[in-house]
Amino acid sequence: MAGLAPTYGRGAMTNHWVDISNANLVLSMGGNSAEAHPVGFRWVMEAKEKNNAKLISIDPRYTRTGAVADYEVNIRTGTDIVFLGGLINFLLETDQIQHEYVRAYTDVSLIVKEEFGFHDGLFTGYNPDENTYDKSSWSYEFDDQGYVKRDDTLQHPRCVYQLMRQHYSRYTIDMVENVCGIPSQNVQEVWNMIAETAVPDKTMTILYALGWTQHSIGAQIIRTGAMVQLLLGNTGLPGGGVNALRGHSNIQGLTDLGLLSNLLPGYMRLPSAEEQDYQGYIKKRAKQPLLPGEVSYWKFYERFHVSLMKAWYGDAAQADNNWCYDWLPKLTEPLYDVIYTFERMHKGKLTGYFCQGFNPLASFPDKNKTSEALAKLKYLVVMDPLAVETAEFWKNYGELNDVDSSQIQTEVFRLPTTCFAEDDGSIVNSARWLQWHWKAAPPPGEARPDVSIMAGLLHRLQRMYREEGGAFPDPILNLTWQYSNPEDPGAEELAMEYNGRALTDIYDSNRNIRRRKGELLDDFGMLQADGSTSCGCWIYAGAWTEDGNQMARRDNADPFGIGMTLGWAWAWPMNRRILYNRAAARPDGTPWGPEKRLVWWNGHRWVGADIPDFPDASPPSAGVGPFIMNQEGVGHFFGGSMMMEGPFPEHYEPFESPIVGNPLHPNNPQAVNNPAARVFPDDRARFGTAKEFPYAATTYRLTEHFHFWTTHAKLNSIMQPQKFVEIGESLANELGIKEGNKVRVSSKRGYIEAVAVVTKRIKPLQITGQTVHQVGIPIHWGFKGVAKHGFLTNTLTPAVGDANTQTPEFKSFLVNVEKI
Amino acid sequence: MTLQVTRRQFFKLGAAGMATSSMAMMGFAPDAAQASIRHFKLTGAKITRNICTYCSVGCGMLLYSRGDGSINSTDDIYHVEGDPDHPVSRGSLCPKGAGVLDFIKSESRLSHPEVREPGSSEWKRISWDDALDRIARHMKDDRDANFETHDENGNLVNRWLSTGFLAASATTNETAYLTHKIVRNLGILSFDNQARV
Amino acid sequence: MRGDQINLQNIIARSASMAPSPQERSGGVEKVAKLIDVSKCIGCKACQVACSEWNDLRDDVGECYGVYTNPMDLSPNTFQLMRFNEYEDEQGNLEWLIRKDNCMHCAEPGCLKACPAPGAIVQYANGIVDFNEEHCIGCGYCVAGCPFNIPRISKKDAKAYKCTLCSDRVYHGLEPACAKTCPTGAIMFGTKEDMLEQGAMRTDYLKDRGYKNAGIYDPAGVGGTHVIYVLQHADKPEIYNNLPSDPRISPLTEAWKGVTKPLMSAVIGLSALAGFFHYAIKGPKEEPEDDPDPEKADADRALDEKSPTQALQDADEEGRE
Repeated sequence: MAGLAPTYGRGAMTNHWVDISNANLVLSMGGNSAEAHPVGFRWVMEAKEKNNAKLISIDPRYTRTGAVADYEVNIRTGTDIVFLGGLINFLLETDQIQHEYVRAYTDVSLIVKEEFGFHDGLFTGYNPDENTYDKSSWSYEFDDQGYVKRDDTLQHPRCVYQLMRQHYSRYTIDMVENVCGIPSQNVQEVWNMIAETAVPDKTMTILYALGWTQHSIGAQIIRTGAMVQLLLGNTGLPGGGVNALRGHSNIQGLTDLGLLSNLLPGYMRLPSAEEQDYQGYIKKRAKQPLLPGEVSYWKFYERFHVSLMKAWYGDAAQADNNWCYDWLPKLTEPLYDVIYTFERMHKGKLTGYFCQGFNPLASFPDKNKTSEALAKLKYLVVMDPLAVETAEFWKNYGELNDVDSSQIQTEVFRLPTTCFAEDDGSIVNSARWLQWHWKAAPPPGEARPDVSIMAGLLHRLQRMYREEGGAFPDPILNLTWQYSNPEDPGAEELAMEYNGRALTDIYDSNRNIRRRKGELLDDFGMLQADGSTSCGCWIYAGAWTEDGNQMARRDNADPFGIGMTLGWAWAWPMNRRILYNRAAARPDGTPWGPEKRLVWWNGHRWVGADIPDFPDASPPSAGVGPFIMNQEGVGHFFGGSMMMEGPFPEHYEPFESPIVGNPLHPNNPQAVNNPAARVFPDDRARFGTAKEFPYAATTYRLTEHFHFWTTHAKLNSIMQPQKFVEIGESLANELGIKEGNKVRVSSKRGYIEAVAVVTKRIKPLQITGQTVHQVGIPIHWGFKGVAKHGFLTNTLTPAVGDANTQTPEFKSFLVNVEKI
Repeated sequence: MTLQVTRRQFFKLGAAGMATSSMAMMGFAPDAAQASIRHFKLTGAKITRNICTYCSVGCGMLLYSRGDGSINSTDDIYHVEGDPDHPVSRGSLCPKGAGVLDFIKSESRLSHPEVREPGSSEWKRISWDDALDRIARHMKDDRDANFETHDENGNLVNRWLSTGFLAASATTNETAYLTHKIVRNLGILSFDNQARV
Repeated sequence: MRGDQINLQNIIARSASMAPSPQERSGGVEKVAKLIDVSKCIGCKACQVACSEWNDLRDDVGECYGVYTNPMDLSPNTFQLMRFNEYEDEQGNLEWLIRKDNCMHCAEPGCLKACPAPGAIVQYANGIVDFNEEHCIGCGYCVAGCPFNIPRISKKDAKAYKCTLCSDRVYHGLEPACAKTCPTGAIMFGTKEDMLEQGAMRTDYLKDRGYKNAGIYDPAGVGGTHVIYVLQHADKPEIYNNLPSDPRISPLTEAWKGVTKPLMSAVIGLSALAGFFHYAIKGPKEEPEDDPDPEKADADRALDEKSPTQALQDADEEGRE
């Protein structure tokens, strides 16, 4: 979660599902948790009942979350930073912040470089030709010892507090009303409710999902929310935090394990092409504390890295070959994300592509472009339990997929795989819990587990490289493969591999033996940088120890009665359930309030209902900060150089916006849309304008369906059988559309047809004096499956992503609607 | 007020499909009033604990299958419900999870490898060995042809940019770990998952 | 089967039967109830799916008619469904009222009173009203007898179907499938006493939150129900997709039950007897092959196309001639 890591240190849901019930106020914004996570939403209902908590739903539409909310407001899609920036301004100007927390646990007192500035929508260092920033001014002032200068009085004009205050002073309540379309009276009422949680013993929790992520400014929206929670002193406490509700059952796991273009397992980074020197690579990432005595846990980066190299390459990785550093592929682009990859594929630069349980034709922006791109491949391999659309991109399904098979030369393989019910293993939920599951039945027909398919391909390649030679076979031939069945490695042995083990006897500083050779490690504290440990994913160290499979634990005892079931499954890191939980205690180590007890100092060490996310013997008097992954030990209002657009979140309009210009910077054309976004010229040519496509569209999922899977499941297809779009009554009246009519929705990139759901739940908004209608488009249904076949929604969406993550802007774009 | 059954209604009531019950009423059935609520369908089922494969709440699931695992029986899942011990879901499942049986048993489940040849408009069934041999050959040919050891500035980069890989966010950590281990060591950088969609 | 025997013991009312039920072992059986708290419902349809999954029902994949409700109505394969209503009060405040529509398991069940087939509808001591399709003759009188418009007659087998309150699960000590799966706790299950207590607590909670007319829906006109609602606006049940404000068993059904039913049963029995002999001699038949009168056959088809309720009303009218 690209907005959370730069603020708190880790990019993950801070709290956990059951903990939501400890909240005094729940803000559902940038997500529709009742719709997308109904069972998790249970704990919102519990908070309402148990703590008399209120639920606020802020969404472009009145949603299923809105149906049970205490306060429901509708916002123009893509304007959340304006609302939250206005909230920051309100909290600062009315001084409704959690003072003790903000002073002790955040960066407000740190002093920023003199060169840093913000003018007319752009931060210092902008290069308009390349849409990038030179970030050298986005940093602190340092003293002689290399530590950041600070002013604890917060009076210094360039301390973070003053800069933040100045930055958000433009976000007035009138601006919010004008840009977001929420009447100022409603804005004020919501802000007042939120401000009440600035007291030490009350918390608000924020629940968000792709409604914040899928914007060209998505990561910055998330960061703004995270900053609000710092101001209110809500992060690290029970019932607080910023809860990123992830979409897929193991997307947290795949991200943890680094299955992204630029990552290695455990959020380590692949080197860039310039980083030819191993020591330089490590030094840049082994981040040292920027304030005296802070933890800055990434300082141990080399231990994690070397242990991974030992897990992958075994004896081939040695100190004298820099642990095979040269074998790692090096990056030239910051990301080789899917928009980038499909742009290259569309240009004919890719030969082959693999889709393992992934349906890009349906899931990626601009379906017609995706389809054209796939047609340029020599080979496509789809491994999936289901007959998905992507595997048949070459097949004509009338208007739904209008292609000429004979003109498509791609060789397509469709390989049947097992599903969750047919394998053993662990998946990681949004709350970072690794939960083990067991196989219940064999798969249909000849379907195989993915590991056996991958092993089959690897072994064939190894054989060919041994027999024929070829391009750089070293990493392929030296990959460790100590599995009892090499053709189908078992989940247990793979889990032990990523947990890590001692390769030689390991001793502590007093020469007492900690682990004997071959034994599994207890936690990442045992990892070594000298090649004596192996570990496939350092943050998972502790998942499978000498005591057995921790992920399979099933003790649901909750001894403190606040939903902390530490004996159920296992959470990274170190089984800690609420991140940054040191902040749940005052600087002196006592809880902020009796209702918010989580971990505290007992005079000798940190104890409590959770595993302390902190050095457990570090006394409060040492003053170590609770955000142990950050170099300063504190939470960041000032994002430094970690974000592409700037250190403070700023509002920019969606790339397809229903209004002209950016009301915050009406005179600067460079500051209309995200100045740091990467837009390929071909994609830019496929953006529409409000003249042709006057309505603001947003896409989302429905609770009855899961992406494009459940349209293959009869029960779910019965519940929601056919593609529809949601249109407000007022727009429907204008266009003569009645409930149940067929409509055509078009964007610059194509059109879909669907049934109209005409609803009171979408109201026109007044934006800068103009009426803006919003149209809601569920993502589900395609041309396969047992539900009524339909058009793929991503026919409409633009191929532009967030500047940090390249997450497509699926939540804000322009369409036209016609009755047919 | 007197109610009578008209001829039409009489015919309707006497129509096919109801003879048995009426016969029972007339005393033809040996156990006239045998109340038969449905048999309890879980008796004797094998229960396997699992975690829902859809969203990220991670609800506990109990998969009920026929057969007790003995050598002559084949397990077949026929019912799924929530695991009441699970601290988050406490037995609940959402409409997706509650209907997951129809995903497991979907008529769209693939059961054997297939290939669609260039220009063809249909699938052709092939063996696993054929499929994997052919795919591996494609990979090797492409990798050998397009592998970059150095970039244009002479930096050692050891990467393979002409093939990409999307990994599945519903697979296990163990699958994901092994997938990463293989894909990265082939030199692939166009590697992604569903974190963003 | 043991279950059947114990349930027989626990049957307290049986359609079209004058025979007394065993009484002695019914003592100590708690009345059960399902509480549907509309104020906690997000309309996710998990209950709808769990119901179908448990009961092995798969309705047809239909169409979208421009609303979230789907399928559009109850059917022999849809025992319950979520009905969505966008309600705007006089001040223009919008509420999305979503009501789970299913059998209410009336304490005085109109369906059971109307049913002419002995043992086709039974009421257990715990309050559950169950259809036993083995005994059902598909006459549709239960449809007319129901003040909530719940039972549906199958075109496949001409038998009536409806929610069983998962009597099979409840007998085995489990909660109904819908109650178990409900993500938000909007559906609860327990003794009726406990559910009324829970409902009262929720009513107080809602009143504290400004719903001054919040209350429990447990209509006295049918003797109370074993499915009860918590409504934010208990003074206006009709805004919840036409939940009847004062449901009662129609006087016609009451009369039917009291006077004519045994006679009717005898008549049906004769008709079935005739059918039986026909079957025994000629094998299975499709109607109306044995009735060559084309005019009548048309009339029969027309009857088939009518809703069972309508058919019964027609029958009633003709009976009055």
